[in-house]
Amino acid sequence: MKKNLGILGLFLVVFIATAFANPDFVNAYNLENLIRRASLYGIIGIGVSLVIITSGIDLSIGSMIGLVGTMLPWLLMKQGASLFTGLMAVAVLSAAIGLFHGLLITRLKLQPFVVTLCGLLIYRGCARWMTGDSVQGFKDHYDGLRYLAIGKIPLGFLPGVDNFNLPVPFLLMLALAIVAAIFLNKTIYGRYLLALGRNEQAARYSGINTNRMVVLAYVLCSLIAGFGGILFALDSNSIQPDNFGGFYELYAIAAAVLGGCSLRGGQGSIFGVVIGAAILPLLRNSINLLGLPTTLEFAIIGVVILAGVIVDELVKRMAAARRATLAAQQASSS
Amino acid sequence: MTESAKHPLLEVRDVSKGFPGVVALSKVSLTLGHSEVLALIGENGAGKSTLMKILAGVQEPDSGEVLIDGSPVRIDSVQTAFANGVALIHQELNLSDNLDVGANIFLGREPKKYGLIDKHRIREESRELLSQVGLNVSPDTIVERLPIGQQQLVEIARALSVNARVLIMDEPTSSLSAREAQTLFTVVNNLRSKGVSVIYISHRLGEVKELADRVTVFRDGENAGDLSRDEISHDRMVRLMVGRDVSQFYVRKPHTPGDVALRVNNLVTPANPGHKVNFSIRAGEIVGVAGLVGAGRTEMLQVLFGVQPAVSGSIEVGGRTVPINNPKDAIHAGLALVPEDRKLQGLVLEMAVRTNVGLAGLERHQKKFGFLNSQQEGVDTAEMIRKLRIKTPNEQQVVQYLSGGNQQKVVLAKWLSLNPKVLLLDETTRGIDVGAKQEIYRLMEELAEQGMAILFVSSEMEEILGMSDQTLVMHEGRITGKLTRAELNEEAVMQLATGNVAEESAA
Repeated sequence: MKKNLGILGLFLVVFIATAFANPDFVNAYNLENLIRRASLYGIIGIGVSLVIITSGIDLSIGSMIGLVGTMLPWLLMKQGASLFTGLMAVAVLSAAIGLFHGLLITRLKLQPFVVTLCGLLIYRGCARWMTGDSVQGFKDHYDGLRYLAIGKIPLGFLPGVDNFNLPVPFLLMLALAIVAAIFLNKTIYGRYLLALGRNEQAARYSGINTNRMVVLAYVLCSLIAGFGGILFALDSNSIQPDNFGGFYELYAIAAAVLGGCSLRGGQGSIFGVVIGAAILPLLRNSINLLGLPTTLEFAIIGVVILAGVIVDELVKRMAAARRATLAAQQASSS
Repeated sequence: MTESAKHPLLEVRDVSKGFPGVVALSKVSLTLGHSEVLALIGENGAGKSTLMKILAGVQEPDSGEVLIDGSPVRIDSVQTAFANGVALIHQELNLSDNLDVGANIFLGREPKKYGLIDKHRIREESRELLSQVGLNVSPDTIVERLPIGQQQLVEIARALSVNARVLIMDEPTSSLSAREAQTLFTVVNNLRSKGVSVIYISHRLGEVKELADRVTVFRDGENAGDLSRDEISHDRMVRLMVGRDVSQFYVRKPHTPGDVALRVNNLVTPANPGHKVNFSIRAGEIVGVAGLVGAGRTEMLQVLFGVQPAVSGSIEVGGRTVPINNPKDAIHAGLALVPEDRKLQGLVLEMAVRTNVGLAGLERHQKKFGFLNSQQEGVDTAEMIRKLRIKTPNEQQVVQYLSGGNQQKVVLAKWLSLNPKVLLLDETTRGIDVGAKQEIYRLMEELAEQGMAILFVSSEMEEILGMSDQTLVMHEGRITGKLTRAELNEEAVMQLATGNVAEESAA
């Protein structure tokens, strides 16, 4: 938790500053929207962090969201597939894509960057071709399913809460985060991922089947991205095959990095990733509400992330220097 | 006599150097005369390499001074070292092997013509320099196409190109074949007769005897003594290096070995597909594996441990043939490997002592549904820290802040917590201090007494002579001899290691 203080601080500063600058920020409607977006980003951020921990990367997430997001409504609405068939199809496809990435990376020793960059191109092309590049959606059908993405749970029964409703995606994200955190910190498999991400050779020499664990990480990442894709599609309900999910891989990676995952691998905290994922929609929301030019949006997000990473690095260096002097003192006194 | 001849060419006076947590050098001194080959010897961690880095401008001393021709100089960069005529030839060669010989010789100092590299001049001058080191190749040859011994000669040519008067060679023969080593000795002798002085660092006492005019010995970062030409003998060098009687340093008690713990039948490794390896070790036996660098010893251990697949052959542990396709199989069969490179293969440096100790046992100790068994990890770590006397503030300490010896103990702890039947050690005492070394030798003896079979690869002759019940000597991928304790001596090992097969092993 200690190592997430920086990112948590950044989040709170932006949050509180915006709340003071514009009271509209804290109205229920705005917060509900913000939490919903943050939760959706959080889900895909958790997925990619599993891969980043192995010192890999997944650039195909945005295109996968595009593919899954167009495929599900296309199957359900245009092909007349049953809900079960539709969901199974996208789940199997997601897992298969992850397996494909993982095998290319571990068996053929291709670089994750290259494999998933090609994935980014391939899945986008597939989505556009499959749907004839036409907009997909659920219209007003599948209300039960759409509840997962746009549903809200009234919290009026709680004291002090009048009209605030908790978006359902938040609960989904929370459940996923808890499972992921337990997996990462309390099971031997999480330990395997952290160890091999830092030093694959040492992990292999310790009897860990590192290839299998890396494949598992990519499968989980793609499955989670597919799940996120379904939610994003249900949320939007107007899915353009040529750009739906575009850039989302970068949001997910930014969330993971902000949350303390090192691209060198072996490091990461699910809680940090969740906060990191919340910072992106928060900044966007703040830019809007503070009346800053929206054309500057990307620039501001970029500057804030860069500043966060720089501060984080400086803090780490100071800590390392302190540890080194401490160790030196101990050694000379013993 | 000229002015310069009155003073020694190079003098080191009272140089000290510390790193966080260690004193690498404490007031060491050394003199190098004109046209002299000075051998600098000492155990790993004695401070030889640190002093050489100081002389070559890679590191600066904390105190003390360096004099050249009697006047103090400040060597604060590789450039100033060059300017003072000092050049270092690293143990691992420092060549850009994708470039040609000429480009390497003049790397960073390329002669220019009209602002472009003057290839013609590089070629001319390189030819001249190459002939000085007796290397008959074209300056246009790409370095990676040359055998390792010739690459080393290219490095020497580069040193000569900056008019080096002091050539420092750090274990130059460690990866050379016997023939290449002989060529190198000739080159060194030629250089000496041309007025170049050499500081020659080596573990091979045999070649020190052959080559050196004088010997300076370091121990634990301090001067341990000097030997003049006629004082150089194997025993005296060892005594100065170890600082006590060797018989006390290597504690071995005779005990009766038990049943065969590990038997290797016709094992063929991918690195040396032309040879079959056969041997066996009994419980309670310590078997050394000697040989030159590149003899295939590490590769053999890696195949035994499943890091590399065997081409053919079989491995028996405790009388049962076990299929070993990966380290997991090997661990399951009761093997453990302390690998050659502890930082790369032995440890996850950025993780805690506890995490590293637990790493190999995660699966064995796991709870239901793959949950970590933290209690077991804690118990094992505490026990191992106590048993192996690992110096660490606590079990959460990140391993990279420990000293080399303690890091190696953490690797040992990882394996010993699994109670292996056969322990494979690959250069386990390399780069750790003398104290930790001795503790590891004691531990080996203790484990053997408890019935563990130990196979250890070592390039240190003293270690092989001191610790082995039986010695396997390898040369170019095959076992050229097996020596019992009675047959064991440096001469016999070197004969077999360089491929002079005295007795054909029962292959």
